[in-house]
Amino acid sequence: MDDVLREFLTETFETVENVDRQLVQFEREPNNATMLAHIFRLVHTIKGTCGFLGLPRLEALSHAAESLISRFREGAPVTTEAVTLILSTIDRIKMILKVLEETQAEPEGGDADLIAELTAQADGRVQEHAPEPARPTPLPPLPRPEAPAAAPPRVQQPAPQAEPDEPPRARQASPARPAPARNGAQGTGIAQSIRVGLDTLEGLMTMVSELVLTRNQLVELARHDENSAFKAPLQRLSSVTAELQERVMKTRMQPISTAWQKLPRLVRDLCAELGKDIELILTGADTELDRQVLELVKDPFTHLIRNAADHAIETPEERRRAGKPPRGSIRISAAHESGTITIEVADDGRGLDVARVAAKALERGLVTPAELERMSDERIARFIFEPGFTTIDHVSHVSGRGVGMDVVRANIELIGGSVDIRWTPGQGSTFTMKIPLTLAIVAALIIESGGHRFAIPQVAVVELVQPRGSSEHRLESINGASLLRLRDTLLPVVRLSSILGFDKPGQRLDPEDGFVVVLKLGKRSFGLMVDKVFHTEEIVVKPISNILKPINIFSGNTILGDGRVILILDPNGVVQRIGPSPAASRQEREDMAPRRRVQEDKSSFLVFRAGEGELKAVPLAAVTRLEEFEVSKIEAIGGRIVAQYRGDLIPIVPAVPGAPLHESGIQPVLVFSEGDRTAGIAVDEIVDIVEDHLEIKSTGQAPGVIGSAVIRSRATEIIDVAHFLRQAHPDWFETPAQPSRARSNRVLLVDGAPFFRGMLAPALKAAGYDVVALAEFDAALTVLQRSAESFAVVVADIESRGRNGFDLVEGLQVDSRTADLPVIGMASRLQPAALERARALGVFDVVAKFDRNGLIEAIGEAIQQREAEAA
Amino acid sequence: MTLMPRSGFADAEAAAETRDYVTVLVDGQLFGLPIECVHDVFIASEITPVPLAPPEVAGLLNLRGRVVTTLSLRRILRLEEGEARPGRMVVGVEYAGESFGLAVDGVGEVLSLSVSDLQLNPINLDPRWARIAKGVHWLENGLLVVIDIEAVLGSGSAEAPRASAFPPQKGFQP
Repeated sequence: MDDVLREFLTETFETVENVDRQLVQFEREPNNATMLAHIFRLVHTIKGTCGFLGLPRLEALSHAAESLISRFREGAPVTTEAVTLILSTIDRIKMILKVLEETQAEPEGGDADLIAELTAQADGRVQEHAPEPARPTPLPPLPRPEAPAAAPPRVQQPAPQAEPDEPPRARQASPARPAPARNGAQGTGIAQSIRVGLDTLEGLMTMVSELVLTRNQLVELARHDENSAFKAPLQRLSSVTAELQERVMKTRMQPISTAWQKLPRLVRDLCAELGKDIELILTGADTELDRQVLELVKDPFTHLIRNAADHAIETPEERRRAGKPPRGSIRISAAHESGTITIEVADDGRGLDVARVAAKALERGLVTPAELERMSDERIARFIFEPGFTTIDHVSHVSGRGVGMDVVRANIELIGGSVDIRWTPGQGSTFTMKIPLTLAIVAALIIESGGHRFAIPQVAVVELVQPRGSSEHRLESINGASLLRLRDTLLPVVRLSSILGFDKPGQRLDPEDGFVVVLKLGKRSFGLMVDKVFHTEEIVVKPISNILKPINIFSGNTILGDGRVILILDPNGVVQRIGPSPAASRQEREDMAPRRRVQEDKSSFLVFRAGEGELKAVPLAAVTRLEEFEVSKIEAIGGRIVAQYRGDLIPIVPAVPGAPLHESGIQPVLVFSEGDRTAGIAVDEIVDIVEDHLEIKSTGQAPGVIGSAVIRSRATEIIDVAHFLRQAHPDWFETPAQPSRARSNRVLLVDGAPFFRGMLAPALKAAGYDVVALAEFDAALTVLQRSAESFAVVVADIESRGRNGFDLVEGLQVDSRTADLPVIGMASRLQPAALERARALGVFDVVAKFDRNGLIEAIGEAIQQREAEAA
Repeated sequence: MTLMPRSGFADAEAAAETRDYVTVLVDGQLFGLPIECVHDVFIASEITPVPLAPPEVAGLLNLRGRVVTTLSLRRILRLEEGEARPGRMVVGVEYAGESFGLAVDGVGEVLSLSVSDLQLNPINLDPRWARIAKGVHWLENGLLVVIDIEAVLGSGSAEAPRASAFPPQKGFQP
């Protein structure tokens, strides 16, 4: 059946049902003007749609009925006879609709009889022989609650379709809502609301926005005058304004279910069309958001559902074969989350086929094979949001044209939101959209760059960092691209002033003179370097002029308290502006954008070339800085190579023993610092930072190599940092006079992986501890039971399969000799369950495996605490 | 009434013999802005520059709580920008529901000029000027160039495509 016709039938059946009910009531209360207006509108709608679809019988009938009802509106008395006539007309309409549904055509025959009667009634001809109407009272002049033909304002959504999944909430918002007319109260039982035109609300909103601005200006003025008499009244004005603002905002809020109304229907249609069985589950339907935002998320929902139904969810047959229930599901949920709304669209289909997306991206020339090789799966998945991208070879009319996902992204980003996808192959995929509650007034961080102030929406701001060489937050750079070392992640950092074109070419800038605003867009994070950070302010977003829209980096502008206009930065636009740099193509940079968390069952490695062009890698956490030295600053003194570095001389060793350093230009060096010792390892070229799950095979022969691993399908040697540092400072690992008593600095390190023993043992030794490293947990238990008092702390891996640190802890606790020995757990991934278990077992602390400093700190604390207890 | 060559304001012209222009001065040249386009004439306080914007955009300013996108008529005409003076004269213009400002050197009196006296752009007029000029009036003490607001602000103007083609590297030149 034709979609339009089907839609029409569903809606008209409902409308007719409504008219039926209302007429019966109207007959009892002929003076109820509201109800009359409502009936009139319903019939009028039927008439309009019939004409549009070319259904002459229905059109003629509803037209005749409308004429009669409009006589009532003009004040003609309401007679039982007339109502009966209209009711029988409605019965006729129902009959025609039924046939229409079955045969898709209007039945043969005419309605001249009814139409004649209706017209006669309307013309008042029947009145002569009609008995005096039972209630001759003429209707009062009708108030007109709204123009009959105008589309009803959106604030109160018109009647939803009778969908079973419809939330009950939406039902209340049916147009049966009466106008202020007193009589209406009896009619429908809801008297506490009125219909207000949308522009009235918009106007109110604008006025409140201006009020907020004026308030801000006053507050700003009063700030300069400590003892102003205005202070108290201003305070009150301020709070009243805030309250008013909040309430006006509330009037613009609508439940998200209004954007979902058409979805159950859509899913049903898609099922029929695609031969699939899909269940739509909607949760959080009453989550409210600004209607302006709501308008913009309607389309994304449709596209996401089409996409899920067509691409993701398999046919019942395929599902059965995959061992899944034949009925697929699409789950949409919405929830408030700190000033934003998170909407998830999840399906239990086949998940994203990354290989296919990658192949298509290559085919379409969106990416080169070399770039693709370096991309994470997540980055590749984002290609589905490119305009015109599709993985389907045939175009169905459901989807596959490649419009859709880019509309989703465009719409969501337009309102300052973000969209992300995650998936499990064979299990399904989830699209997560984060959107702001409202667009009109937002909290924004005011910053300065290049002498100008800008606002950044607070929603996107995660934190502020002041990078300093001496602090734990340092700025590193790889060939000009800045990275911020932030806890255990490396964050790409861009200078706002260079994006905005304030920086003059060749201008020397102190990279640490400023602040980094850490921004998060979906799962992607990056740092924005700014000169100054002021405060957070509620700003009224004003749209940016059309002629400035193509700049694509400002989402709007606003007037600050001091009357100055400032521009609002669009973080999404900023990301897009991060242009190519000598160091990395845009894709690579975007690829770097996800924060590289060490705890994600993956490790970050810095990959470099040294010697005969071989690839080598070092755990990123071990590296303190990446430096590029001018060759002229490097000299050989007494057979050792040293470089001038921050007013000091540091020893440099080549990454491949005996390999020559660069003879001219720039020498890249990995700098390692520990306490007051610093040394560098010279490499030929820094290639990349990769994050991968590595299986390290111990090769063991060559000095300075821990083992090899396959990184991005290339064999890569993992170098033993300790080996090189010993070359640089022969005394690097000799104990400085740190820990006091002999007994209290012996650490038992238990880890099955030779790599970690190889990496951590030297590090702990470097920190001044006496380390005994064991691979077996049972052996460790035996050793401890025999000589518990000779160890201060046990450091054990708690995540390997089979026996691990937890078993060791349990073993230690049942023995009084070892029960009070502190145990520090290590995991490459800090999972809540493991943390919970660790806490329950009384494990002293759990640290990430690559967090060397964290481990050393934890050991220090454990020893201190033990000593304090002993004292 | 005789028909004359029609322009965008054909109806208005047909109805009235004269049209009123707000005269503005840029680089010594007198220009006329149709008075019905002009909403305000004011002195710019502080103009916020817009980085990466097309060169003719002087910036944004606050006009009684409204944000006005201000264009420099000098830059539109590819004239050298004089030294930045605070307190520039700005003519407020409404176009397509947005508020714009045109920064000029000075604003003169309102002139009522006969429609029939409007002459076509001279063919040797610089094309950049001709693009925004609707014709020329010959006054006693010089020439007045009538500005076509549509051409200056409209989508048909060169502004929009130039803005989108604007290379990201190129910065805002104050």
